[in-house]
Amino acid sequence: MTRNNSPSISDRRGFFAAGLAALTGLFPLLAGLGVLLDPLRRKSNEAGRLVRIASLSALPDDGVPRRFDVITDQVNAWNHRANVPVGAVYLRRTGEFSVEAFSVNCPHAGCFVEYRRAKHNYLCPCHNSEFGIDGSIQDPSSPSPRGLDALEVDAEKLRQEQEIWIRYQKFQAGKPEKLAI
Amino acid sequence: MLKWIEERTGLGTLLRGALFENIPGGARWRYVWGSTLTFTFFVQIITGIFLWMAYNPSTQTAWESVYYIQNEMTLGWLLRAVHHYTANAMIVLLALHLMQVVIDGAYRAPREVNFWFGIGLLMLVLALSLTGYLLPWDQKGYWATKVTTSLMNQIPGVGKEVEQLAIGGSEYGHHTLSRFFALHAGVLPGAMIALIVGHVYLFRRHGITAKKPLRKPDGWFWPDQFLKDTVACLAVIAVVLYLSLDTWIWGQGELGAPLGAPADPTQPFDARPEWYFLFLFQLLKYFPGELEIYGTLVIPGAVVLLIGLMPFIGRWQLGHRFNLAVLFALLLGVGALTSLAIYEDSNPQYAKNLQQARETAARVKVLAQAPPEGQGIPAQGALELLRNDSLTQGPKIFAEHCASCHRYDGHDGLGNEPEEAPSAADLAGFASRDWLSRLVSVEHIATDKFFGNTEFKEGKMVSFVQRKVANFDEAEKDQLSKALIALSAEAQLPAQRTMDRNDAETIEAGKNHLLDDVGCADCHQFHFEDEDLTAPDLTGYGSKSWLVDMIGDPEHRRFYGDKNDRMPSFLRDGILTDRAVDLVADWLRNDWFEPGGDLAQ
Repeated sequence: MTRNNSPSISDRRGFFAAGLAALTGLFPLLAGLGVLLDPLRRKSNEAGRLVRIASLSALPDDGVPRRFDVITDQVNAWNHRANVPVGAVYLRRTGEFSVEAFSVNCPHAGCFVEYRRAKHNYLCPCHNSEFGIDGSIQDPSSPSPRGLDALEVDAEKLRQEQEIWIRYQKFQAGKPEKLAI
Repeated sequence: MLKWIEERTGLGTLLRGALFENIPGGARWRYVWGSTLTFTFFVQIITGIFLWMAYNPSTQTAWESVYYIQNEMTLGWLLRAVHHYTANAMIVLLALHLMQVVIDGAYRAPREVNFWFGIGLLMLVLALSLTGYLLPWDQKGYWATKVTTSLMNQIPGVGKEVEQLAIGGSEYGHHTLSRFFALHAGVLPGAMIALIVGHVYLFRRHGITAKKPLRKPDGWFWPDQFLKDTVACLAVIAVVLYLSLDTWIWGQGELGAPLGAPADPTQPFDARPEWYFLFLFQLLKYFPGELEIYGTLVIPGAVVLLIGLMPFIGRWQLGHRFNLAVLFALLLGVGALTSLAIYEDSNPQYAKNLQQARETAARVKVLAQAPPEGQGIPAQGALELLRNDSLTQGPKIFAEHCASCHRYDGHDGLGNEPEEAPSAADLAGFASRDWLSRLVSVEHIATDKFFGNTEFKEGKMVSFVQRKVANFDEAEKDQLSKALIALSAEAQLPAQRTMDRNDAETIEAGKNHLLDDVGCADCHQFHFEDEDLTAPDLTGYGSKSWLVDMIGDPEHRRFYGDKNDRMPSFLRDGILTDRAVDLVADWLRNDWFEPGGDLAQ
């Protein structure tokens, strides 16, 4: 028996074979898709959590921001650890029972902003964004799209227990709006 | 035998085909770049696999395993250095290769697709560099990569999702490392191999683009070009080895590739990318707020697109010249932005932060060594070593909570001089013989080093020193001197351990003088209890427990009671944690881990 014409990949049978082979090749990729996309399925704690930072007496009433570690429980994939430093915040006393809290991460790209005592402002050491003492953008040429992210301070605990508790949240970088992660 | 192999594999034909490629105009040095890149890629694959055998990607093992490779494993530092500096060399070689291709017009038809393969390879090498930077999980890699992944958020529509997929969640953790490692050691090299195969296949299909005019008759790849390529590869090895060994040759700095302190989200770090990304880093500084997307995506994307279009633009002679102009403008722009980034970092604050980061990195490496040289890395990771190290943490706690009143040798503990004058004692050398002898001296007690700027300036102690001690005769001075030695011995300072052991008799005599002769016990308790004595208790003065209790609650009647002058009760009022007070107390007592035990003798 002889072949009277050579097979073509564009005829119906060839197309079917090629399609089937492509599906076969995709099989391992499909098997891994779940794990690859797993981070999108997980709900992050957008609302944050209340964390005790320090007692009110730890914050001098000189209006100068102080940096404090945020010590709380940490979930890192399969590890759960209690009371470990997971980040830091700047706290500033603005009145007898009022405290202002800012995230230390620059809203531009997440770098650790520094408080400069001499200039009474915050500077991001990466791309030079400058923020005023109230967290607002000070230098209009700053690459940051918004001011420092203020964190909610629990007013009740502050007044009744003289304890500083904040709602520890993280926000999306690079966006003009303050969107919780 | 060879015939047998040839008949079954066709290996000889393959080899002849590979080696006897016609080179119009003969072998030239300008054709070596592609071969050097192939060579460096193989170096990276092989050294990468060896590193893989010892590397462990998780937040508690990544830095630790790299530390172990670098400092404990036989020639591990050399392996890391070769991998690190070859990656650097690849960037330079890629730039040279791209220049050679564009200058020689080697992108013209029918080589467009091959040119795009090359651009793809360039992007993959940059992605490999980026992913590799995070893997040691040190401060440098952590903060620099955080910038990159944060910028992913700016991708319109899917930015947040892309960032989440890249870091394996909403925050950095184990999965960030395992994903970066999978990309670095699996996905990206796999893609590179595919593109290299395509690149070389298309290169052989279309042949070399000879630089005109041809200066010599045509030649073969073997042996002339092969020799030139080999020499070029040897030159690359020489440069990589020099960079790996230069700190050893010149006797300064860390051996091989750098490794910073373990990543710590609570500690600031001036994030900088590798030198070949500095131009992008600098570019971001020029776009305020909402225009930032131009710096992160639009301009870099447009430049890559323009390079991709070069084969079409270069069809005409004028277009080719335009491409050359674009290439040199890009090189100039990249060079200028890189120089600006370096120039802007040449300020004292950046230098100081960098120095501090280096000191922390050096310290953690001392602590990480196996006992007795070090403390050994606990299962929670090396960061625990730093967080429990009084030498590292003491000055930071002091600067944050004590330096608004106190000083440490004139500064805030971290070397900064606060603007306001001190309003409490300088605590460098606290409770040491020298510190005490200055405290109880007419010249010093009322200065800003001790009580000069406190409420006690007019107090009994100052008055006692100025009126009584000033008039001590020689015998009384001798008794006071012995009493102070005895008092200092109460602190059991590690730095004075030998002296205290040798002066046991003087200390015994001094204790008696302190109680009976020089007048201290008129106001202070000293191994006896008397509720009427209101000055601080000198029993165990300056010892760890005394200092912790004092910092914890200076208003306790054992210390200043209601005469306390502004000092907060750091433990009683929950201002500092027990661990923080322990660390600052240890640091003030110069009590920290030193290899070999007895420190600062």
